[in-house]
Amino acid sequence: MSNATSHAAEGPGCAPIAFLPPRPDVLARRDEIMAALTELVSAGGVVRAPLALKPFETDAFVAYRQPPLAVVLPQTTAEVSAVLAYCHSARVPVVARGAGTSLSGGAIPQADAVVLGLSRMNRILEIDLENRTARVEAGVTNLSISEKVAAQGFFYAPDPSSQLACTIGGNIAMNSGGAHCLKYGVTTNNLLGVTLVLIDGTVVTLGGKHLDAGGYDLLGLVCGAEGQLGVVTEAVVRLIARPEGARPVLFGFDSSEEAGACVADIIAAGIIPVAIEFMDRPAIAICEAFAKAGYPLDVAALLIVEVEGAEAEMAAMLAEIVTIARRHGVRTVRESQSATEAALIWKGRKSAFGATGRIADYICMDGTVPLSQLPYVLKRTGEICAGFGLEVANVFHAGDGNMHPLILFNANDPAEAAKAEAAGNEILKLCVEAGGCLTGEHGVGLEKRDLMRFQYSEAELAQQMAVRAAFDPLWLLNPSKVFPLEGRPA
Amino acid sequence: MTLPSMSSPSMISPAMILHAPRSEAEVVEIVRGALAGATPLALQGGGTRAGFGHAVAAEAGLSTSALSGILRYTPGEMVMTALAGTPLEEVEAALAGQGQRLAFEPADHRPAMGTQGVPTIGGVFAANVSGPRRIAGGAARDSLLGIRFVNGRGEALSAGGRVMKNVTGLDLVKLMAGSYGTLGLMTEVTFRVLPQPERVETLVFSGLEDQAAAELMAAAMALPADVSGAAHLPESVRGRFLAGALPEGAATLLRLEGHAASVAIRAETLTRALGARAPLQRLGPEQSESLWRAVRDIHPYAEDGTQRPLWRVSVAPMAGPGLVAALRMEAGVDAFYDWQGGLVWLRMEAEPEAALLRGLIAKAGGGHATLLRANPAARAAIPAFEPQPAPLAALAARVKASLDPHGLFNPGRMG
Repeated sequence: MSNATSHAAEGPGCAPIAFLPPRPDVLARRDEIMAALTELVSAGGVVRAPLALKPFETDAFVAYRQPPLAVVLPQTTAEVSAVLAYCHSARVPVVARGAGTSLSGGAIPQADAVVLGLSRMNRILEIDLENRTARVEAGVTNLSISEKVAAQGFFYAPDPSSQLACTIGGNIAMNSGGAHCLKYGVTTNNLLGVTLVLIDGTVVTLGGKHLDAGGYDLLGLVCGAEGQLGVVTEAVVRLIARPEGARPVLFGFDSSEEAGACVADIIAAGIIPVAIEFMDRPAIAICEAFAKAGYPLDVAALLIVEVEGAEAEMAAMLAEIVTIARRHGVRTVRESQSATEAALIWKGRKSAFGATGRIADYICMDGTVPLSQLPYVLKRTGEICAGFGLEVANVFHAGDGNMHPLILFNANDPAEAAKAEAAGNEILKLCVEAGGCLTGEHGVGLEKRDLMRFQYSEAELAQQMAVRAAFDPLWLLNPSKVFPLEGRPA
Repeated sequence: MTLPSMSSPSMISPAMILHAPRSEAEVVEIVRGALAGATPLALQGGGTRAGFGHAVAAEAGLSTSALSGILRYTPGEMVMTALAGTPLEEVEAALAGQGQRLAFEPADHRPAMGTQGVPTIGGVFAANVSGPRRIAGGAARDSLLGIRFVNGRGEALSAGGRVMKNVTGLDLVKLMAGSYGTLGLMTEVTFRVLPQPERVETLVFSGLEDQAAAELMAAAMALPADVSGAAHLPESVRGRFLAGALPEGAATLLRLEGHAASVAIRAETLTRALGARAPLQRLGPEQSESLWRAVRDIHPYAEDGTQRPLWRVSVAPMAGPGLVAALRMEAGVDAFYDWQGGLVWLRMEAEPEAALLRGLIAKAGGGHATLLRANPAARAAIPAFEPQPAPLAALAARVKASLDPHGLFNPGRMG
């Protein structure tokens, strides 16, 4: 994007992405701001060493790097409040950060921004099994909640692939999903309350242990707002009783179309497995080479269908699913025979992005389409990539239509990188035209910010921005993200 | 705060102009006209939940009654799109025809609120009406995937979509759900639906005190049994269900739904774990349906021939019984519980006792109380929705202004 007033951060082989121009007055006050922040947080709360600052320059959208003005790591809600109140009065932009696993650049800073990292707020504050809730600080990792209550037979349902590292605060910012949301929903469906610090330092509580918060559903609005409305410091999440057993089964097909039609028929038959994951041939090969999960290599498409429940329940449900799969000419059916094997099957799937990264550079798309459009969109995705002379691997959540085409390219070849980006944009346009959306779970961030007009009219964007301004009228919170830089309110 | 008193639960008096646009374009025209004339509008669907919140100070009404019809329904995607004024009954019949249903089991509030009219799908979402299955299947807002609506600037906008996973931009869909027509008029709603279960069964445990019932329900929810309804009917209301056919004593209900084989297995799981706690009886599909419909529709306090105050209280599930016990020390009250104890329906014997109740809720760990029914004087004097702390109320007011800057829609309704 060419924009004389914007500031570009560059990564290897990628077109520059625009940020809001850094405020010179803020850059000039860096020492003063660092000194003020040091007064506001407990010891060690302001990161100074150049090497220690490095990780904060980017997130899992690693194509772009941008050193921040400063990094502050508060330890309490009160400290977060003090930092925000200061930044508000000093007119300093703030980018909140969890574990930095955003795939859309949501946590990438800008040159004049203070990164507010929640990593030191990592305590599980209360487990209340009778009310089935956990109250946690924002920096707690997703997986640690489930681990904490596993012995008592509970878990926290949303399970993004990065769940070992990603934090609940980041999950809330992105309304993260995962493989099992077909049955359990995404973050917003499992979130009961938050402590939210507004940009002026005001602390508000939304919801709690009760099932519906009073007043406007601001909790629903904050979830998925990508850190634009405030900083979440604590959350109350819903715990669910862990099913007696879970069993993933592999189904291999000779074509993606057959696999897609099988998914539609499973859903239409009134069966809702906990997960239906799809991989095409390139994805199978990549994941198998990495995880040795025993995926069949002689099929064009693979479904991982997971069912849950008591032994007899799983057996009954699987029998029905197998019958449907046979109608679609399934070639291979492989049930996991042990917990180890089940874990391996999931390891292959969950390491798909990492495994792909070992063989090539890639851009991961995240559009969602209505289920009936899956076969068409898959076919067109292949054609679009072929048209640019690029390979694509598809691995995604088929049960909910959330696609993840991985467009493979060589980042050292600027022309190829540009082609990959162009192909990605066409695929996202396709998703929107097919009745879907730009991003199902990774967020808009920097990555898809300039594509928002594919999906929204000017009036719709203006309305969203007006709601945003009700929380942060000065646009200090993560201001370079989500909304196109042009056409913003003055 | 002064509020007009209400003689009837209906928001729209006969003298009012009532607009019933037939298209989104007509809605836009009406809203722009209202904007030009600075004349606030009372928004309504079927009017069956008109008594929620306060009477609206408006000179004209805007109804979705002529915006009716199912626009798109693909059972294989488990998604339906309908115009907001589509009767709920029509939606449910279309779903049933394909072996599907709404996940969130919306109540019919007519009997309890003393209203008439036809509940609409838009009204259900505007009031975020969620029944017993809320504890398992989520609230109405969780099923709502996308909307078209007209804001207070007279702009027709869309938010969300027709897919289950969508994090593109701010989630205005959630914001509009449960906003009682104070932010805009939803003209079209797209929502997720679920397959109907093959089998429904209810386990009835008899004779438990409220606290013991809450403990039993919590224990049930901790088991891998996918309980889709957990309610407790104290002895005082038990006779109002199934025409008095429930066994003697209070009844604690656990509902199971799903494939027949699976329901049988889960019923065994629950029986094994909890059967020693109280006498246990199992009800089949027909009785289950009637029973849960009565729970859903607040049947014990509906059509009871009184205007005795009716509260809907939302607290942490285990806090319900303690709250009711504390309230009983100081006021005459009858109560029953849904949502594992977290949704408490309270009928006061005399006065609403708002301050007392809300104070006790705060002490019990937080939550909120909504006054659904009371005599007009009490309704005018008491905030129907739980008053919010000042910073939160100020934030909510700014959010309202961002959608409806001129205060055109349902002024006064949410207090």
